[in-house]
Amino acid sequence: MKPTKTLLGALAASTMLAGAAAAQTELTMWYHGAGNEVESRVLNTIIEDFNAGQSDWTVSVESFPQQSYNDSVVAAALAGNLPCILDIDGPVMPNWAWAGYLQPLPISEEAIDGHLESTIGRWNGEIYSVGLWDAAVALYTRQSTLDELGLRTPTLEEPWSKDEFMAALEAAKASGEYDYALDLGTAWTGEWYPYAYSPFLQSFGGDIVDRSSYTTAEGALNSDAALEFGEWWQSLFEEGYAPGTSQDPADRDNGFNEGRYAFSWNGNWAAAATLEAGVDDVVFLPAPDLGNGPIIGAGSWQFGVSSECAHPEGAAAFVEHALQDEYLAAFSDGIGLIPATREAAQMTENYADGGKLAVFFDLSSEQSLVRPVTPGYVVAAKVFEKALADIANGADVADTLDAAVDEIDRDIEANQGYGH
Amino acid sequence: MSSKLTRSNRAGWLFALPGFSLLFLFIIVPFFFAFYLSLTNQRLVSPNPTEFVGLENYSNLLSLAVVTLEPERDEAGEIVRDEDGEIAYPRVRSITRSDDYPQYRGMGEWFRWHWGDDAKVVIASDVLFMKALVNTLAFALFIVPLQGGGALLLALLINQKLRGINAFRTIYFLPVVISIVVISLLWRFIYSGNDGLLNNILEALTFGAFTPIDWLGRTDTALGSIIVMSAWQGMGFHMVIWLAGLQSIPGTLYEAAAIEGASKWQTFRYVTWPGLRNTAVLVLIVITMQSFAVFAQVDVMTNGGPLDATQTLVFQTVERGYGKQDISGGATISVILFLMVLSISAVQGYLTRERR
Repeated sequence: MKPTKTLLGALAASTMLAGAAAAQTELTMWYHGAGNEVESRVLNTIIEDFNAGQSDWTVSVESFPQQSYNDSVVAAALAGNLPCILDIDGPVMPNWAWAGYLQPLPISEEAIDGHLESTIGRWNGEIYSVGLWDAAVALYTRQSTLDELGLRTPTLEEPWSKDEFMAALEAAKASGEYDYALDLGTAWTGEWYPYAYSPFLQSFGGDIVDRSSYTTAEGALNSDAALEFGEWWQSLFEEGYAPGTSQDPADRDNGFNEGRYAFSWNGNWAAAATLEAGVDDVVFLPAPDLGNGPIIGAGSWQFGVSSECAHPEGAAAFVEHALQDEYLAAFSDGIGLIPATREAAQMTENYADGGKLAVFFDLSSEQSLVRPVTPGYVVAAKVFEKALADIANGADVADTLDAAVDEIDRDIEANQGYGH
Repeated sequence: MSSKLTRSNRAGWLFALPGFSLLFLFIIVPFFFAFYLSLTNQRLVSPNPTEFVGLENYSNLLSLAVVTLEPERDEAGEIVRDEDGEIAYPRVRSITRSDDYPQYRGMGEWFRWHWGDDAKVVIASDVLFMKALVNTLAFALFIVPLQGGGALLLALLINQKLRGINAFRTIYFLPVVISIVVISLLWRFIYSGNDGLLNNILEALTFGAFTPIDWLGRTDTALGSIIVMSAWQGMGFHMVIWLAGLQSIPGTLYEAAAIEGASKWQTFRYVTWPGLRNTAVLVLIVITMQSFAVFAQVDVMTNGGPLDATQTLVFQTVERGYGKQDISGGATISVILFLMVLSISAVQGYLTRERR
């Protein structure tokens, strides 16, 4: 009989263990950062702390490579297999919320107090997603370049005007020391185009769509300001200031660091590589004011709750936990992103006052404008990208922008106004 | 025919079953599904219900019209000219956005020509589709002789009894087994406008007289560059098919030709080429069908640009279906592509049939 008793005892014990584990409800989570070891380590620390710190929920994460992440979510939504907590790219959020992939994130206002506005994803008057960080774009150059060309160093309070900016490009071109005056990063196709270049359009006074109604692009993408922007954009390539759309990706990565470009329009994520490459006197200049104020893009990856999640309060508890300054700082130190709060920024190596990248936090809080908050953005962004590539390659500006407006409007109509 | 396939052949069907069911599941079912989707307004991501829209997707893609633009005239009735003496015309949009011409609404200019003082403008409801169609046809037209001919040349070269010939066979076949994405990335470096390999070689050969060309960045060279690279990539595969054909030609025929005193060209013309007839038909049809599916090269190397010079039908299918979330639009293009490939293959099959 003894073996039986042991067996029973073991059974009972294991049942109890399982029972204890079941007291914590499991929340599944998907993340876009597969393949990045540092990022995974920071995220796993946050999850382990959360799971150990309370007894209601246990979060389990699955990571996907960024390139296929959105496709995976769309496929999962069609198949009804969404996880509970989703990681969402900021500008895509309204599209998913509209499609019913997401539900509002029941998070307290205190938890997001003092956060950069661009890290909070709002749609239809509700918060759907919150980010731990943001990204920002600046005009990279060297102090020595500014000195040699005799250029004023622009500041947040007093950025370059359009004339000053163009004079700077002309001076760099005339010096003959560079392959090109300005590296815009045209080699990076995809979301980079609307993220990095639509702020120029907005700085001229135009926009991708009309943000007052979100039901048309007419009068925004083909307004007089937009036409002016288009002519200016084309001139950057026609006058030989910037390499065209066939720019070699390797040149994009190394051209500025090797001194072949005088200025480079690039994100904070590239700063580490520039510093490592030994460009010690690199300075990060704010966006020029092209007439309607200096503007840069905003909105990065954020956390939200899927519509299939039965425990949104659990997901919200996890997000609130993750929003602590120490984690924001850890992510920032790990992968170089801009922490969402000023307090967290002070805890980091690079974004604290006097840090090498501190200027990016100010750029984010002073100059940033999120991309149009509409489900139609996903399509409008594609149309915008193609229009800009075509104009850069010499297409007629007015015709191209008008055609882009037509296409965006057709898409909005086909989607019955995207719920606006 | 039918009796032979059905009678006492249970084992044969059983062996074919796994293959057939996979083909059915992943080729035949999706095809009918695409046909169905092309008749709806299905979106990739949308809370709106799917509606049946009939042939609207097809008319949105295929509608064409010709409009005549009359020159702008000033108050005296004189034709307005710009600084270069070119005639000024009203914008096409004044017609396609006008309430006077509801039938042209939303269409755009594809190309134009001049007829006296007037300009005739061909407008299409989907200019991008039309450009992609023309590019795809051009791609197919050029790659068939280039790839097929190049492969035959390689096959003739390696169909010799030399030491180490297998090494050459392997080398020529290598591009086929490498991922097309990797090859496209490599060729992007080769074609690079600044210090790409191709420009460097041409500069060295001409002692610096050659000015570097941005191969993928110019509308007149981009498609050609992709054609050459694609022809090179697929050549090895067709080389093997040609080789199989060459080796099936009996050696006695060559011996007879040699005895008759035939020259090398005569041997090729009257012995080799007739012996390759069936192989040639196969290679022709296979390359044609493959060439209509060109996608990865465009996606990696040019993204359809510059100025739509490298847009292709499959690229547009993917761009619409996934990029712009318009699944029904993408499905419509693929149905049209299917019908095109089917009819072209049928015509090729008919023209190259054996005449007895």
